[in-house]
Amino acid sequence: MITIDRVTHRYGSTTVLDDVSLELPAGRVTSVIGPNGAGKSTLFSVVSRLLRPSAGRVTVDGLDVTSARDTEVARRLAVLRQDNQVAARLTVLDLVRFGRFPHSGGRLTPECHAKVEEALAWLKLDPLRDRYLDQLSGGQRQRAFIAMVLAQDTDYLLLDEPLNNLDMKHSAAMMSLVRRAVDELGKTAVVVMHDINFASAYSDHIVAMRDGAVVAAGTPAQIMRREVLQDVFDMDIHVQDLNGMRLGIFWTPGAPVPPPSAVDLRDLLAGAAEDLPQRPAQEGEPHTPTQTQTPSPDTVTVGDAR
Amino acid sequence: MSTTVQAPSRPPAPAPAGGRERAARLPVLAAAGALLVAAYLSLGIGVADVGIGDLLRPTPEQWQVLTVSRIPRTAAVLLAGAALSVAGLIMQRITQNRFVSPSTSGTVEAAVLGILVATLLFGGSSLVVKMVVAIATSIAGTLVFLQMLERIRHQDPIVVALVGLMYGGVIGAVTTFIAYQRDLVQYLDVWTTGSFSGILQGRYEPIYVVLAVGVLGYLWADRFTVVGMGRSMATNLGVHYRRTMYVGLVVVSVMAAVVVVVVGAIPFLGLIVPNVVTLMLGDNLRRVLPATALAGAGFVLLCDVVARTVRYPYELPVATIAGAIGAFVFVALILRAGRTARS
Repeated sequence: MITIDRVTHRYGSTTVLDDVSLELPAGRVTSVIGPNGAGKSTLFSVVSRLLRPSAGRVTVDGLDVTSARDTEVARRLAVLRQDNQVAARLTVLDLVRFGRFPHSGGRLTPECHAKVEEALAWLKLDPLRDRYLDQLSGGQRQRAFIAMVLAQDTDYLLLDEPLNNLDMKHSAAMMSLVRRAVDELGKTAVVVMHDINFASAYSDHIVAMRDGAVVAAGTPAQIMRREVLQDVFDMDIHVQDLNGMRLGIFWTPGAPVPPPSAVDLRDLLAGAAEDLPQRPAQEGEPHTPTQTQTPSPDTVTVGDAR
Repeated sequence: MSTTVQAPSRPPAPAPAGGRERAARLPVLAAAGALLVAAYLSLGIGVADVGIGDLLRPTPEQWQVLTVSRIPRTAAVLLAGAALSVAGLIMQRITQNRFVSPSTSGTVEAAVLGILVATLLFGGSSLVVKMVVAIATSIAGTLVFLQMLERIRHQDPIVVALVGLMYGGVIGAVTTFIAYQRDLVQYLDVWTTGSFSGILQGRYEPIYVVLAVGVLGYLWADRFTVVGMGRSMATNLGVHYRRTMYVGLVVVSVMAAVVVVVVGAIPFLGLIVPNVVTLMLGDNLRRVLPATALAGAGFVLLCDVVARTVRYPYELPVATIAGAIGAFVFVALILRAGRTARS
């Protein structure tokens, strides 16, 4: 389990992380969502040791990431940033082998080679193993980096906006990989992302941040609700339930077509799917008629200094 | 993408070394052999009457020529070429910039300044004193450059190289100013224009320091490659970014300073050799470092042979020859970088 304990970070007088405490469950996919400037990336930097917080501490299975030895942490926690613009001309095989660095310090053992081969096979990178990174497409390169962190053989994977610069197809493939790494290999994944629907569809746990603080944390069903999303993003997002998967739909203000009420959609779907009425109970149904009318911003954004 | 390929799955962990490494080792060995032969033959070049044929059975006089002048010279040629090239290679990797090298980042100029300072403070000081002071100033000079680099990190690599050249120019101007005040401008030429003509037994031995530093560089090669993947990647892999940068900085500065003290500056060497080698072999430092050392040694050996024969029995400074060839290669590299950036 990754435990974030009262982490605060300030740049000068601006507080970017305000007393954040979180427990990220092991063996799950956790997504961190929130608008720009919510502190997601700062939190990510703190957990991944790129930033020393002004206060508070982060432990991974009881190991304090700021005071523990670098290689010790690197064997438990693998981190991929969105900006892995590696300028070096390395082959895929080279890159994946560097994933073993925390274990071997460069002298690869037979176990290292086995892990490298495993990671290459798992990501179907065998045909590309001798290609240079700059000869790969964006999606292939992402896979090569994932192979590297898998070869690193850590229990925890931290991915900072892995979907940036990927199209829909590759984004879905990426998230399926993350899902499989958790389900098949028993990893724990923490993914920072912008797309709430990807978060909803692929994760077990969602952490929603805003203004340097965690505003909500819970299952997709708990977070993917109109009032929660309104609070996080300061935006009216309608949530629809599609066979148990909750999807947010953002409407441009003044769109010619008003958002269909959830009830209408459910009626439509009822015709198509027999099993719909057996969906999980709709307790706390957000789509009540009173909430469907657009609330005036002033009444909703509680505590938002504007 | 292949759909049916659950391929003839490789046996897990078959080869401790993949085919690529083994294939890469052979040319390196061949090149090392060729270099040794060439170095051996170069011993037969010179004014004194020692031909290639005499190398195997020298007379006492010929033996003296060999041990006092020719063997030290050849050793210095090989070590200087290897050291400056490897210094450039490491520097380019840790700064992630192909146009950075000891001669485009103030390192060499700072070393020359150090030699001047040592001369002024300690009089006709020994080579070792000059070397220690030059190492100190070149570490300081390179450190300042790295600090500047951090502030212009996202700039065009060529802009960074130009900033480095200007910075080196400023240090050079300070050096010249001081030298002018003390009537030492001509004295400086010895260091700013590298030449092997002064290499004699008894006044070149400090250059063997680069061997020790080179071994350190090789042992840290993987770390330098990791640091070259960026700060976040290095941190992820448990490599201390700053510490590794500083070790790299020291390795590079010591190599460059030692060569400048013993031989003098050789322009473009640390820039073009690593660029050409990594273009062919990639950026995995541990793999390309031996090849770079060999290529650098070979290149300087070639330049030195040309320098000694082109106006025989007189000789030109090796820096002149290296500069002439290097300038062409440098322009070609810049044009190439411009092309790939645009396409």
